Amino acid sequence: MTTRQNLVGTAQRRVDGRAKVTGAARYAAEFAATDLLHGVVVSSAIARGKITRIDSKAAAAVPGVVKIYTHENRPRTAWLDSSYSDEVAPPGHPFRALRSAEIMFSGQPVALVVAGDFETATYAASLIEVAYAAEAPQTDLDRQRSESYVPPKKRSGIEPPPKPRGDADRAFAGAPVRVQQEYRVAVEHHNPMEPHATTVVWEGGGAITVHDKIQGVTNTHAYIQGVFGLSADKVRVLSPFVGGGFGSGLRPQYQLFLSVLAALDLERSVRVVLTRDQMFTFGHRPLAIQTVSLGAEADGRLTAILHDSVQETSRFEDYQENQVNWSGMLYRCDNTKLGYELAKLDTYTPADMRAPGAVLGLYALEAAMDELAYATGIDPVELRLRNYIDDRDQNTNKRLTSKALRDCYIQGAERFGWSRRDARPRSMTEGRELVGWGMATGVWEAMMQKTSARATLTADGRLEVATATADIGTGTYTILTQIGADALGLRMEDVTARLGDTSLPHAPLEGGSWTAASAGTAVQIACETVREAVFKLARRLDGSPLANVDLDHVTFRDGRIEVTNDPSRSVSLADAVKSSKGGKVEAEETASPSMIQQMRYVAYTHSAVFVEVKVDEELGVVRVTRVVSAVAAGKILNLKTARSQILGGIVMGIGSALHEESVLDHDFGRFMNHNLAEYHVPANADIGAIDVIFVDEPDDKASPIGVKGLGEIGIVGTGAAVANAIYHATGKRVRDLPITIDKLLDA
Amino acid sequence: MNRFDYIRAESVADAVKAKASDSQARFIAGGTNILDLMKYDVERPTRLVDITRLPLAEIAERPDGGLRIGALVSNAKLAYDERVRQRFPLLSSAILAGASAQLRNAASTGGNLLQRTRCYYFYDTATPCNKREPGSGCPAIAGVNRIHAILGTSEHCIATHPSDMCVALAALGATVEVEGPGGARSIAFGDFHRLPGATPEVDTTLRADEIIVSVDVPAQDYGQHYTYLKLRDRLSYAFALVSVAVALKVDGGAVTEARIALGGVAHKPWRDEAAERLLVGRPAGLDAFKAVADHILAPAVGRSQNTFKIGLARKAIIRALSQAAAGTPQSQVDKRIQ
Ligand SMILES: Cc1cc2nc3c(=O)[nH]c(=O)nc-3n(C[C@H](O)[C@H](O)[C@H](O)COP(=O)(O)OP(=O)(O)OC[C@H]3O[C@@H](n4cnc5c(N)ncnc54)[C@H](O)[C@@H]3O)c2cc1C
Ligand code: SF4
Repeated sequence: MTTRQNLVGTAQRRVDGRAKVTGAARYAAEFAATDLLHGVVVSSAIARGKITRIDSKAAAAVPGVVKIYTHENRPRTAWLDSSYSDEVAPPGHPFRALRSAEIMFSGQPVALVVAGDFETATYAASLIEVAYAAEAPQTDLDRQRSESYVPPKKRSGIEPPPKPRGDADRAFAGAPVRVQQEYRVAVEHHNPMEPHATTVVWEGGGAITVHDKIQGVTNTHAYIQGVFGLSADKVRVLSPFVGGGFGSGLRPQYQLFLSVLAALDLERSVRVVLTRDQMFTFGHRPLAIQTVSLGAEADGRLTAILHDSVQETSRFEDYQENQVNWSGMLYRCDNTKLGYELAKLDTYTPADMRAPGAVLGLYALEAAMDELAYATGIDPVELRLRNYIDDRDQNTNKRLTSKALRDCYIQGAERFGWSRRDARPRSMTEGRELVGWGMATGVWEAMMQKTSARATLTADGRLEVATATADIGTGTYTILTQIGADALGLRMEDVTARLGDTSLPHAPLEGGSWTAASAGTAVQIACETVREAVFKLARRLDGSPLANVDLDHVTFRDGRIEVTNDPSRSVSLADAVKSSKGGKVEAEETASPSMIQQMRYVAYTHSAVFVEVKVDEELGVVRVTRVVSAVAAGKILNLKTARSQILGGIVMGIGSALHEESVLDHDFGRFMNHNLAEYHVPANADIGAIDVIFVDEPDDKASPIGVKGLGEIGIVGTGAAVANAIYHATGKRVRDLPITIDKLLDA
Repeated sequence: MNRFDYIRAESVADAVKAKASDSQARFIAGGTNILDLMKYDVERPTRLVDITRLPLAEIAERPDGGLRIGALVSNAKLAYDERVRQRFPLLSSAILAGASAQLRNAASTGGNLLQRTRCYYFYDTATPCNKREPGSGCPAIAGVNRIHAILGTSEHCIATHPSDMCVALAALGATVEVEGPGGARSIAFGDFHRLPGATPEVDTTLRADEIIVSVDVPAQDYGQHYTYLKLRDRLSYAFALVSVAVALKVDGGAVTEARIALGGVAHKPWRDEAAERLLVGRPAGLDAFKAVADHILAPAVGRSQNTFKIGLARKAIIRALSQAAAGTPQSQVDKRIQ
């Protein structure tokens, strides 16, 4: 058998691109239903305290209002907190909307107004009067950090810091060169373009179809079953398109709970869409105060790494992410001590946001490494090469499936022109502007999750590949189409991918950059099974030219199976399928990570990011004029969508370095800039030239198809690279992102 | 959002009548601000009077060589008008420094003058705000005030006026032509927007029953020495932290006339005519520019988070004066600061 990869590895346009730009792709709030009701959420004005009274009389009297739900009349839902948990919930008590009069965070939903149309519901919602007994909220981590604690229960999937290695305190104390600084990154909200929304379609007989804004329909499915006591067959969840997630769509959010609650109670279809300001009332990237201490020999070799983080979480859940563990594995060092603690605030629980943990931790580590480069007088790239390690992961003592980070440094530096850098801060200028070149390393886990997929070849010679996973804009539809097409020798247009539907084979959430590896492998093996089956059919055809040939000697090409040495002997897939009993050839397969492999190996993606900034020093204006990111991520399935993922990650990283910040008023315990005019993400003008390099990184262990994943690596390290470039330009070290004009002028 | 009636005004008189008969009626032009305010329940008009069909969408020559800009001329049309670009490039530049192409297409001249502050608390009905609810307090003073005013504030309000276009109009000495039930009147631009004082709920001196029909800019000759320099939290599509409009006449290296207005620092576009006079007759150089900046900012007061604006404004004034004097106005396309 010859496996030809015509499509995998090339640049292919998004198969869903046209549907998206023409509006044919529909999102959770766009699905129609007969007699659809609209729910509008009323949000709490206070962050902590109790509701003493809700007056909804005026609202209820508005013609067209069907029902108003508050904690006083909420229909019964599951009793136990554990029923409200979900696939990625941190330990604690999941938030339960309308549970009681208690307010735990600003913007907490306190009522749902359901009406025949959106305008009526919106108007009625504005008439609801809520009286509170407010208590002073605590939302200032600088004050609460004194009450930090080690999370008593670990969050599933998140490793606590490894045990100390060697004696880091002593090594640090005795190190000839030392850097010790505190770093922080402002709270960020995900702000995907599509706001969170759910349309619940009442199907009669207690069954519902749920269109949810979620990065994985199976999570919503299980949640609904747990909370509302419905059996699996009564609920179907769909999420074929997701207008951006960045992690905000991993956990079921309160609009889902409220819409299902109302639909089941009223036995009607209900839609609830959150407003942009309500998008600031749930998960966010947490604030963490991090301290990094690096001890090194004069030649730059690291002798001690200490990295401590105190991170906010809510009163009700212990959200955890991996911020500090990277410092124990990225560079060779015998003495490490890593600490990670939480402190409680009166906000909603933080949530995974693109490369959770790594964005914060790598910013701190890589900014500190830059400081060490200046302290030792060693070039930042050279410093990292001197501390390079690729024989194992020091945290776990496991081997790495592959690590081509060295090539990232070398190729990235070459493309960027790093050798022309004058190391002295403030040494490079262009006209009035100071020019700065900075770099940083990025790292992210390469994971695989158990995922099932189905491949169906029909008598018209078309292939459908299907799995429940989501495409949150990453290009999943496209890569699965490529894999399917190559496996059966078809063209892109002969293959349809179906996603985001609980009626399809089971898949986990789309997150952690594991989808390409996991769903890709599942589709690959399902297609291989189909290939064998269709080949058998082809061989059995009357007078088949393949009769005496075995699978190893045929090639699937252009919709035909042909003898590799003699292409004139061939059978069309369509003819083969027609001879099957059901008129189709179908296979469902499950891909699982190899346990044995996982005991011995760990897999990571890496990157080296190089950034040029130009700074008007006097006015504190920073322009990021150039970025080169060299990425090692195993096999690249689609050069175009892969590049887009890195571009998006870099843009978001520039945002975290210069723009993004959710500003809290601690008196109100409320994020105040809750709209996209005042919450700044980079505009087009903020982005200069971006050059993405994928270095060659063969890997046969990270996943069976050699893929490591790309959704997150682009953002990691970018913030540090920008900050480091600003230091190089100006000689000013701002350790508190985003670096806004005021901070740069004050520094 | 509340329920409201919608009517379309057929004439200016009609519009004035509709407004005068209902104190809770509001005009809608481009809608880019009023609709947001309604969605946030900050404005709850009983009636929206659509004025977009009124014949106020033209830019006309004035007998003095100036221009009469109809209240419904879009920000985009105004910025790209050839006469404006040639004769009032400062105005064109300031408009193009603001908002986005889409917003400028929708936004009107009159609406731009009357857009309301971007103070976070003002937009958020969960919090008190003297401007939104007189007497409820001003949480910005001790709260999140990084974007707030440093000049002309009061203990009741420290909000800024967010417009870029208005900063240029203030510098150019425009007048606002309005009509009300009692007839027409003309308001000098400097008198149009107010300082907050004890009544921050009142943004302007426009009466509730008046409509803006045009903004008139008198003839002048600042085509050579001008600039609009805007500093903000990203390179485009953000309101000004500080902006500076400068128009100069320079003769043999000395300034003969100067107009300077600041945005992002006060409840109105900030002009200090005494400071402008300081420049006249002096060589256009750093010493004079510094003196002007110091004069303008002498009364500035910073709060917990916005003190940086004082230093930033000082540098911005000096840089803007340098740009204008050199005849190298700030480009609104190339984000490098000249
Ligand atoms: C995201 C965003 C970013 C922005 N960025 C900037 C920026 O950087 N710089 C900047 O300068 N602006 C910016 N703007 C503001 C924008 O310029 C204003 O919203 C716009 O100019 C308002 O004009 P409009 O015609 O849409 O007003 P409308 O919203 O229609 O009306 C605004 C107010 O004016 C009243 N009104 C309108 N016309 C008249 C009239 N002829 N007579 C009497 N009353 C009238 C209305 O009743 C209403 O109270 C931004 C806006 C948004 C939404
Ligand atoms: S500054 Fe003015 S607008 Fe802002 S909260 Fe205070 S009173 Fe309201």
